[in-house]
Amino acid sequence: MKLPSLRDVATEARLLLIGIPVFLWTMIPIYHMFLFAISPKEDAFSGKLWPDHPTLHNFTIVFKQQHYFLRDFYAQFWNSLVIAAAVGVLTLVIATAAAFSISRLRVPGGRIVMNLALFTYFIPAAFLAVPMYRTMGNYGLLNNHWSLILAMVTIASPYAIWVLKQASDKLPVELDEAAVMDGATTLQIFRMVYVPLMMPSLVAIGTYAVLLAWNEYLYAFLLLSNDREITLPVALGNFLAADDSPWELLMTTGFIYALPPAAIYYAFRRYMVGGLTAGAVKS
Amino acid sequence: MAITLSGDQALPGPPLSSRLTPAQVWGIILLAPYLLVFLAFVVYPVCYGLWLARAPSNYVALYNDPIFARAAVNTLIFLVIGINIKMVIALFLSGFFAVQRPWIKWLSVIFILPWAVPSIPTILSVRFMFNPEWGVINHLIFSFTGDDGPNWLNDPTVALTMAIGVHIWKSLPFWTLILITGRLAIPHDLFEAAEVDGASWWQKFRYITWPSMQTLYITCTLLSMIWTLGDFNSVYLLTGGGPADLTHVLATLGIRYLRLDQLSLAMASIVCAMPFVLPLVYFMMKRLSR
Repeated sequence: MKLPSLRDVATEARLLLIGIPVFLWTMIPIYHMFLFAISPKEDAFSGKLWPDHPTLHNFTIVFKQQHYFLRDFYAQFWNSLVIAAAVGVLTLVIATAAAFSISRLRVPGGRIVMNLALFTYFIPAAFLAVPMYRTMGNYGLLNNHWSLILAMVTIASPYAIWVLKQASDKLPVELDEAAVMDGATTLQIFRMVYVPLMMPSLVAIGTYAVLLAWNEYLYAFLLLSNDREITLPVALGNFLAADDSPWELLMTTGFIYALPPAAIYYAFRRYMVGGLTAGAVKS
Repeated sequence: MAITLSGDQALPGPPLSSRLTPAQVWGIILLAPYLLVFLAFVVYPVCYGLWLARAPSNYVALYNDPIFARAAVNTLIFLVIGINIKMVIALFLSGFFAVQRPWIKWLSVIFILPWAVPSIPTILSVRFMFNPEWGVINHLIFSFTGDDGPNWLNDPTVALTMAIGVHIWKSLPFWTLILITGRLAIPHDLFEAAEVDGASWWQKFRYITWPSMQTLYITCTLLSMIWTLGDFNSVYLLTGGGPADLTHVLATLGIRYLRLDQLSLAMASIVCAMPFVLPLVYFMMKRLSR
């Protein structure tokens, strides 16, 4: 076996000198949350790296809704789930149809619509939130799940359309032409040629929209207020309202809330990295 | 793109319906859902908001509100200092993660976590860490020095710095990932040739890496600035705008006015940000719609 040279050791040491701080920086807030979740109430504040008596008791309390702040946990979890799923489906339907129309059918004015959508994409969502809140009030949708679903679809669609349009521009025109020769109608091309070929991008966009909706805090907290109608992040924010808020339960709920998106992200990472980040910034 | 443009011009001729092919009719039908969403939830709210903010008295009120001035300065600090620090670190780390080592590959998977998990629980976790009485940071300070640690979030400068830190923690992985893609696109033989010529790492960066990445880097910086203008969570969940409303940024200030039922002030504060936002947006659109 060859002994590593001094130079190799030095390089490795320098890499570690970067790698270790990066690891600590990344993990400390997440580990801190995890530590709270598995610590009994009295241990949680001790500042130890590992609790003396790790327990799943906090999870039991959350799952049995045995605390004032948690009495609607399942309802709120369900709200988050339904809203995320609805946003995913609606965004996919609306954005796929629009991208097909702009890119493949070359609809008149398509370019203008694309630019308007891009413009919306660049307006910070927190700025749009103020007029959106009032508008939802005018539409009579406040405190209704539809307000959040529609708001999130509005925010997710522009990027979705843009990514899908980029992807469909790459499909050869000959495919459509061949299908037309075979007598396919526009809808048949859409269903049997376009959608199957676009599958990887569709998976990426669906995941993007679902995660965006699941993670949204600002719009959820503006548009929904009734305890049984709010989503999980709003419920987490509400914990802070009390002085004696049970941190260990807040962190446990937060941990449960963070697990699905993390799992989805890692499961679809291949699509996310290829389909989204590359498209996010075209140099 | 020239093909689509030709359809936009309103040529005099037979009525619209007879000029459209069936494919174009379908095109309009398929585009309609998005147009409806756009009209109902972008055009109408924006116009309505601008109409609410039309009175000059709103702007006088904003001008006289010290919280607004402070928020504008904070936003500027957040963007100019925070984003540039973040992007320089991202550029540096993109070089680190481009090194081929099994453990670096694993680290890059872990490194994405802040981006993959929702920001609410992790920001609250940081907030608890820095709690003056029960937070783990002050607990450690007490056990090592015997002194009480500072009341971190009660100092506006420290609080704003920490909000920037939280923002960097959350979005650094995303930008690093994008810069890694840019870095990997540089042909490898350039570096090999430089290696043969005995170039130092700085020369390699200065003459190979940076020239190939600067457009991407600048686009990323501007895009990150636009998006960070809308970063509500990092400030609101960590400091709530406090202490004494000194750490607000424009994103949280608009919501603060909204909560105080001063919708026209909220809109006016957003209108004030537009002279800075719109040029950035215009630039980005030019870059992306090529």
